[in-house]
Amino acid sequence: MSGSTEEERKERRFYGIGLIMSVVLTVLSFSTVMTGWFPRNWALPAIILLALAQILVHLRIFLHIDLSRQKREDLQLLLFTVLLLAIMAFGTLWVLSDLANRMM
Amino acid sequence: MSDEQGTNVHPGMNLGYTGGGEHDAEIKVFGFWVFLMSDLVTFGIVFAVFGTMVGATAGGPGPHEVTNLTSIAIQTALLLGSSFAFSWASLSMKYHEGRVRTLIYLSFAATSALFFLIFEVLDFHHLVSIGATPQRSGYLSALWALVGLHGLHVAGGLIWVGTITGQILLFGLTDQIKSRVTRLGLYWHFLDIVWVGVFSMVFLAGVA
Repeated sequence: MSGSTEEERKERRFYGIGLIMSVVLTVLSFSTVMTGWFPRNWALPAIILLALAQILVHLRIFLHIDLSRQKREDLQLLLFTVLLLAIMAFGTLWVLSDLANRMM
Repeated sequence: MSDEQGTNVHPGMNLGYTGGGEHDAEIKVFGFWVFLMSDLVTFGIVFAVFGTMVGATAGGPGPHEVTNLTSIAIQTALLLGSSFAFSWASLSMKYHEGRVRTLIYLSFAATSALFFLIFEVLDFHHLVSIGATPQRSGYLSALWALVGLHGLHVAGGLIWVGTITGQILLFGLTDQIKSRVTRLGLYWHFLDIVWVGVFSMVFLAGVA
């Protein structure tokens, strides 16, 4: 790349870091079930944590969400949506699993 | 918007605009975020439905029969590669490397996503062959709905990449086209995030 500036190098490195982190988190996720070394009871919580971590990495690096004032509106939109979704999804899971238990 | 505008405009937004298109593009990107978040609600609710159906196999094929981890790992790699290729396309656009380079990276992203879809269709084909069709059980209905919904989004994204490619060839990388590519990029990365949820919660959690 001829004439690449400092900013460009920094930005490319930033994306590269995002890719490496995503790959590492994905490999860890898959290795919890594909290899035998991981205690079985801990596989599910580990998968959930690794997925959340990877989602944060993607949001920060590929979707450029951060805490600066510039992106505040996007961040608020995202957080509010997640709040609504959490209420609806958690409510669905709670009510329907309760129903399923009582139907046993 | 804030006074920082112009120096640090929206992410992906600072794509080396030559005219004064930033402000207009920024509003459109925010509008697109609103769409993405509504799409997130759709996906989230289908995830919740899947969550309620996890045990409802009705004696049919369960997570262990349905999940082909090797194929899922390949699909994950393809989609991540596609996402990364797209960000490289955005960067080549931002730093004025010319439309040929941008198109090359876009075609990498599209090819990778196409292979993702091919693997997914092969998986679905395998499911049909073992009798794991959507009507077999609540679990399978939810699985087909969720994975299929994501697959349809990727297919729609591919059509979108096709139209954008045509526009770049016709009009070149004008400010307006750059703004469209930015929104397509958000969509593309968003689908990769949804896929993280799918492979973790549907396939890995299923066999864990």
